[in-house]
Order: sequence, then C-alpha cells, then structure tokens
Amino acid sequence: MDDLLREFLTETSEHLDTVDVELVRFEQDPNNETILRNIFRLVHTIKGTCGFLGLPRLEALAHAAETLMGKFRDGMPVTTDAVSLILATLDRIKDILAELERNGVEPDGLDNDLIDSLEQMASQEVPLEAPVAPAAEPEVGTLSYQVLERALLPGEVSLDELERAFREAPGPEARAPKMTPDPRSKPPAETDKKPAASAESGEGSDTPISKVQTIRVNVDTLEHLMTMVSELVLTRNQLLEISRRFDDTGYKVPLQRLSHVTAELQEGVMRTRMQPIGNAWQKLPRVVRDLSAELSKKIELVMQGAETELDRQVLEVIKDPLTHMVRNSADHGIELPRDRKATGKPERGTIRLNAYHEGGTITIEIADDGRGLNYAAIRRKAVERGVASEAEVERMSEAQVAKFIFHPGFSTANAITSVSGRGVGMDVVKTNIELIGGTVDIRSEQGRGTTFTIKIPLTLAIVAALIVSSKDQRFAIPQVAVLELVRVAPGSEHTIERINGTPVLRLRERLLPIVPLSKVLGVDGDEVADEGFVVVTQVGRQRFGILVDGVFHTEEIVVKPMSSKLRHIQLFSGNTILGDGAVVLIIDPNGLARMVGSGSEDSQFQNDENPEQASVDDEEATTLLVFRGGGESLKAVPLSLVTRLEEIAADTIEWLGGRPLVQYRGRLMPLVASDEAMEIKREGLQALVVFSDGDLSMGLAVEEIVDIVEDKLEIELVAERSDLVGSAVVRGRATEVVNVAHYLPLVHEAWMRSAANRADAAAKSILLVDDSAFFRDMLTPVLKASGYKVHAAARAEEALQTLGAGTHVDVLVTAIDLPDRSGFELVEALRGSTRFAALPVIALAVRHDSRQIAQAHKLRVTELVAKFDRHGLLSALSELHGSLEEAA
Amino acid sequence: MTSANANSHGTSKTVADHLEYVTVTVQGQMLGLPIDRVHDVFVAADITTVPLASSEIVGLLNLRGRVVTAVSLRRRLGIPDLVVADRRMAVGLEHRGESYGLLVDEVGEVLKLEIDGLQPNPVHLDARWAGLSRGVHQLQDRLLIILDVDAVLAFETQKQAA
Repeated sequence: MDDLLREFLTETSEHLDTVDVELVRFEQDPNNETILRNIFRLVHTIKGTCGFLGLPRLEALAHAAETLMGKFRDGMPVTTDAVSLILATLDRIKDILAELERNGVEPDGLDNDLIDSLEQMASQEVPLEAPVAPAAEPEVGTLSYQVLERALLPGEVSLDELERAFREAPGPEARAPKMTPDPRSKPPAETDKKPAASAESGEGSDTPISKVQTIRVNVDTLEHLMTMVSELVLTRNQLLEISRRFDDTGYKVPLQRLSHVTAELQEGVMRTRMQPIGNAWQKLPRVVRDLSAELSKKIELVMQGAETELDRQVLEVIKDPLTHMVRNSADHGIELPRDRKATGKPERGTIRLNAYHEGGTITIEIADDGRGLNYAAIRRKAVERGVASEAEVERMSEAQVAKFIFHPGFSTANAITSVSGRGVGMDVVKTNIELIGGTVDIRSEQGRGTTFTIKIPLTLAIVAALIVSSKDQRFAIPQVAVLELVRVAPGSEHTIERINGTPVLRLRERLLPIVPLSKVLGVDGDEVADEGFVVVTQVGRQRFGILVDGVFHTEEIVVKPMSSKLRHIQLFSGNTILGDGAVVLIIDPNGLARMVGSGSEDSQFQNDENPEQASVDDEEATTLLVFRGGGESLKAVPLSLVTRLEEIAADTIEWLGGRPLVQYRGRLMPLVASDEAMEIKREGLQALVVFSDGDLSMGLAVEEIVDIVEDKLEIELVAERSDLVGSAVVRGRATEVVNVAHYLPLVHEAWMRSAANRADAAAKSILLVDDSAFFRDMLTPVLKASGYKVHAAARAEEALQTLGAGTHVDVLVTAIDLPDRSGFELVEALRGSTRFAALPVIALAVRHDSRQIAQAHKLRVTELVAKFDRHGLLSALSELHGSLEEAA
Repeated sequence: MTSANANSHGTSKTVADHLEYVTVTVQGQMLGLPIDRVHDVFVAADITTVPLASSEIVGLLNLRGRVVTAVSLRRRLGIPDLVVADRRMAVGLEHRGESYGLLVDEVGEVLKLEIDGLQPNPVHLDARWAGLSRGVHQLQDRLLIILDVDAVLAFETQKQAA
C-alpha cells in the first residue's frame, strides 16, 4: 500500500469519526450552521480525495451524502431518517475503507441502494413513483439496531432490508436476490461486516480530537521508547542508591543533573502516551442516539472532561467497559418518557459522563438520573442464585447489595433486550477495570438515579510505590491505594488492639481493621508483633490497615508482570527491581482485600460510608458492641463510637475524692460505671469500654463484653432515663442502647483536668507548600511516618496565611514553582518579617539551575533539594532536625 | 525406522547425529540439559522469596535487569534442599517466553553425545523422575539423565493461596 493511500485512510477515518459525532449533534440542533458547515466540509474533503486517488465507489457515496447535506444547507428540514441514512452511508464508507486497508484496493460492489435513497431524499419534493420498499417489521433483522420511527418514504430502503441483503448476499458475483422484488436494493457485494467494524474501532482509538500540529508515530516506537526510559529510570535509581552509600561529592552534582533529566524525559515520554479520554467517548453519542431510538426513550448524553488525558494502554482497556456501562444506563437506568413524566421528572433522561484527575488517578463517573437500582430485586436474585442466603441478604447494607451486580451472570432485567439484560457485562467490566489496578464503585438512590465511579491509575508502566518491609522482606505498595501511614507501638499514641483476637486500630474515633502483612503472607508464626507501621489503605469504599514492620520511602517503580507461575497469587500484582538491584513484589491492595474479605465479602471491613448518608439511611446495619452493665439487661453502643476495649486490674484504679481514675497511657482517665446498680470492682479485672474525643478519653466500666453484632438499629422505645437512648431488639433480644453523651458531664471535671495535663508532642512540624495535590498527598504520609507534623498549603498566599495565623512551624518545605508567586518570593516575604527571618527553609527544585542556587543562597535557604528526591528531602530534614535540637 | 537411525549406521558421522548437553549435578546425580535450551549459567544471589508460591519456586532474582523465576531442580525431583547452600548455581532457561533459572548443586562440562546412545528410562524409575526425563545416556563411569526442559518447567501452580 503506498504512503499516500495510508495517509488517506488514517485521515479519512478520523474525519468520519468526527462527522459521526457532529451529525448527532446536528440532529439535535438542526439550526446550527457551524456544525453543518463543518460536516459538509469534511464530507467534501473525503469526496475530493477519493476522486483524486481514483476510488469511484467511495467518491459516489460521498457525493450522494454531500448532495443531501447540501439540501440541508439550503433549508431542507432535518429529519431523523435523513440523518440515519447519512449515518448508514458513513458506515458503508467505513466498511469499504476497512476493506481497502486490508487489500489495498477498493472492493467491488455497488452502492446504488444507498445512493438512490440519498438522491431520493435529496429530491424529496418530487417523489418517484418507483416501487416502494416493503415496510419490513423491525424484528426481521435481528442484527440490526435500527427501529424505524415512521413508515418508510417512497424509495427508502429500511436498514433491516439492507442488513438482510448483506447477509444473504451470496458473494462477489452479486446475484440478484430472489426474495426482494425491489430492484433498487441490489445486494452490495462485500458482505464481511464484522471484521470491518472491528478494524475500524481499533483504528479510531489513536485519533486526536482537536487539530493541533502533530506527526504520526508508530505506537511500537513509543512503546520501545517507554521501555528504554523505564530502564533508564531503574539505572538512575541504582546510581542514586550507590551515591547514597558513598559520600563522594564529586559526582553528586552531575548525578543530580542526570536525575532531573531522567525525570523530565520520563515525564515527556509518558506524555506522548497520553490521550484525551474523549477518544474513548467518541462513539458514545452515536450509541446513545441509536439506543434511544431503539428503546423509544429520550436520552441526553452530557460529557465533561473529555480532554482529561490518560495512558493509551489504559484507554484501550476501559473503552469497552465504558461503552457497556453507558448502554446499561440507557437500558436499565433511564425510564420510558411516560414513566418519567409520571414520577415528575423531565421526559428526557440524562446520562452524564465526567472525567477528572485526582492525585495519581483518573476518576470517571457515569451517572444517570433514572430509576436507580432495585435493591429488592437484587436481593431476591442473589438468594435465587445462591450467592447469599436470605438472612445474609437481609442484613446487608445497600452498598453491599449493589455489589452483587458485579457477580457473573447477574441481571435483574425482566426482559432480555438486544441492548442488555443478558447478564454478561458488569462482571467483565469490573474484571477489566481491576486488571489495571482500578476500582468501580456504585451509588444509587431509588428513583433518583445511579452513579458509577471508576478510579484508574493514569499509567500502568511506572507507578509511585511505598516500599515497606515485613519479616525482613521488602514489598512495594502502590501509592495510589495508600491514604496515610500510622506508626503503632504498644504504649504509644496508636496501639493495635484486639477484639476477640482480631486486630483493630482506633484512628480518629473509628476502628480500622488491621491486616498484618506477615500473616497474609503466611511467613508468620502465631505471634504477631504489635509494633510497626499501619499503611491505611482504601479499596473501593473499604478501608483497612496493613500492618508492616518498617517503611522505607516511596520510589517510582517500573511494574513488571508476574511470571505465569505466580500469577495465581492474587496478593501480588507484579514485581519490580529497586534501585539497589533487589527484586521486590508489588502488593495488590484489591487482591489483599479479596483474600482477607473472602467468605463474608465486606463484613470484615469497615465501609467508609459518608456519615450523613449513614444516618439518613435507616436500613443501614449498624455494628454494635453488646455488653452487660448492671443487672441482667443487655446494653449496646454503636461500635463506631468505641475507641477501644480494655481490661485492667482493679487494683490499679485510683480513687481521687471518690472518683475512680485510672492511669492510662501516661494520663489519668476518668471512669464511670455504666449503670447505677453497678459497682466498679475493687479487685480482679475490670472491663472498660473507652471513648475518646480528640486527646481526651473516658472509660465506661462494664460487667462483661458480650459480643459484637451487626444489626439494623431501630430504637423502639425512648427511655426516660438520660443514660439511655432507648431500647432496641438486637439479635432477637431486648437491649438498652447507651447514650454516651450522658456520661460526659459526669466526668466533665476530669475532662478538664486531663486536658491540662497534656504535654506537647516533641514532633517538629513542617509546612509543606506545593501546588500539586498529588505531590502533597504523596509526601505527607512519608513525612508523617518520619515523625513530623505536616501542614500543607497549595499556594504561597495560603502558606503565609497559615504562618500568620500563628500555626507553629519549625521548617518550611516549599516548591520553587508555585502558581501565585514563586517559592523564592515566599521566602523573601518571610525573611522580611522578624518572626520568620530565621525560619529554616528547604526548597524543592524541579530543574537544576545555577541561578536558583545563587538565589537560594542569598535567601538563606537551608537546602535545595530535587523535587522528586525523597531521600534527599528526608536527610535534609533530619540534619536540620538535629541542628534544631542542638539549638533548643 | 527413521532416516536418522539409518544414517548413524553409516561411516560418516555428521553433526546431526550428536547433541550437546550442559551437565548439572543434583545430589550426586548427573543430569543433562540440551544446550540449545540453555541461555546462560549464573550464580543465583539475592533471591527474593515469593510467599504463597508453589514450593518448587524458590523466588525471583534480578539477572542483568530482568526478573527471573528461580525454580529448584531438587524440589522438582523431590529431593530435600541442601542444608548449606552458599553458592547456588543456576541455569538460565526460557519457557513460553518467560525466563527461568533452574537451581542446581553444580554445573559441569558440556558433553557431546550420540543421539543413538539415548536409552529409554528404566521402567522402575521413580514416576516423578520419569516424567521429567527423556532418557538415559550411559557414560563411562556414570549415568546421565537427559532432562525434558519443558516438563521440568511445567508444574501445577493453581493451588489456591490461603
């Protein structure tokens, strides 16, 4: 195939995709001359080029379409049929192009059927009295997705007819079909429709949406470049590692430079792989248009953030799932116009696609304002399919129930339409998305609509990962999944506690399930250390902590696939070679959640619901801590309020002025009996339920902890006593629900006292200024893990406000490039004030620039560190920390 | 029965009558690997163990920037591990496009052997061994078992992680 032809093919298929989209827009907005002019121009170009290259079939088709569009321009009314006809013509052109691409020559065949229809449509004022194509019923052609909205006009050929002609056509030697008396619908010669369609869809992916100055580069070339850069990053990391060990300043500077260049190169190459997500959406307007016609629904497709870029590899993977989900929304979600009207909604349903960047991930939302998920039907179906028992299903929250739609073969659609309802799809969608490390989340409200939220990593090749260790072995955890790091040690601020042997951590008033990595890895004995770091991880809406022994740093790692012999281990998503040459395994948080959660899916994990949502929703099951206070009756309190459970030796309880107190983590904690009838023990062990508010704690003395149950919390009887919220039936037994707020005034005095006792933590606090949320999110946990308090600001102005507000800051870490003013200007402003004249500053530079060094020196910037050199930053901080200590 | 057989009875012996084998030793037993399957021989250092993997897999190692899966020939043959393995030798192999390192006790010389000399496995050879062996060569002072590389690297991995 010569270059000219190849160029033509790529260009034309781009044009056609644009025309596709534009036509659908035009149909909705027939008076928009700009769109029409645009379409007209594109089709005209196609026609012209075809003529030039000697492609008569294409030229004839394009010409006929152009003529009809010319009529539109002259004021002919734009009808759905006319647009459908043009779209059908475009499809034919695409088929021919695909054939042309395969064989290098225009396939034989005739397009008189379409051309005649087009011409007739164009000259509609003078209808021909030619035989009318039989108005075939739409069901005839099962492959077709076209439903006619009115009877065919004279001379028109229904698409079903066409489709049949396609399929029944015997082959290249076009025989006249026997079954159609209509002389005009001669069967086109080339029949092979499916491969043509797929070839075309494969090609459409690489087309940029807007016309900027570009050159075409073979994808393989880019892939190769990417591999080489990945290797370069590895080598750079190795060099950095070596330079850290040997303190030779001689090559530190050129190495720093190499590091910068590599980082920039990496970014540049990554950018070449980036494509706007709009490329994956290009076909959707057409899909929705055809669907709304077929389903007789009115649907509007709103697309936002089409320019959001992501890696082409990722784009390829999510393209089909996205289309599927939009089809699903149109079919299951949006109601028929009259149903919508009946419920007071506008007749026209809306499907909204929204894409935006968030940290190192891209978030895509597919929202419809339809009927929402039918939870009852899903519950029923789950029981029918034996996925869960009736009792289990009843106890599940709506969020848990919604997840059933991702089970294979799960469809609640009553009728199987040609669009969806075959029960294939959502599980595939989920698998595809998880394959690339993404997550899918559903939010649905009955009668209000459903929103799917997909979060996927920007790129697959290089990811930032946190390097952790467990039992002397290192592992990488993708930074995307990491929310924060918490240091845990017995007796410190954060301690691992156990409920019936299951480790949990209280974190800001909530209990976080803890998964010791060593235990999941099976390298563990029976004993699990309670010391180390908790990597707080979020998978979908599940939040849990991975307990590791040590945390090193974050590193850009090149993800290498797992060997096929190891791929069955769902805990690992791949492996990588670190800077020091060691191979480490990459932990897959999704897999980890699955492994731990298997059996009861979500119940072991805390669902990170919005608190307001949870309170609104009465159906939501609440996890309750059931205990015995005084007397026989059972008491309960929502587990989410409980900070921890303790058992203390009764002789450690001190009585100060008749008030029981206990020394608890270096402070005095007031105790209160859970019932007046109950006495706090003087000997033996006393069970406590500890509640905390900020740094203050209170111990509720109870007789015995009975159980932790999950149940619907329905307060049935409002008690007169202020220490109870009321009573509820929990697991079939009447239980008093304790009002925690009642006890607080009882120990009010003690609260105040313990507050005064509080000594300030010795941690140094850092103000981190950088405009990239991603960068701040990435650095904050690392700094926190190293024992710093971190305040963050996005702009210089914000930083000045934070400082001005009296926030105590020991060190300022700022990027040099900030959106409002440069980091240097910020430092200059600080140096001007007496308060901050001596504030130590670490500046983060992206580029290596001698001018910057000079300026940094002038402004008494303590250290200038490369922006992505986290080691450098940490060592600079610790040096600074040392000198601050000395000074103090 | 085949032309190769007929050839070997002739006087002129061509290269095609011979095959070269890299010999390795495991627990004193000499085994041969077809040389065209062996990519390199290296010292396996710094092996990263893979928790939850099947027992045959010792771990992963970095061989000049590539991640190689290390498989223990001992464990494949059902021989217990060496108590002290200070310098583990490995033979680099490829199987279905992936790189493997087969850990052995020692790597010996390369032997050029006549194809005809290959005899079938003794019938009472342990089934585990027989499954991995293509046959036996009788050398002067010892026996050489010819390994079937693909069989050695084709083992079940689907035991589900707990």
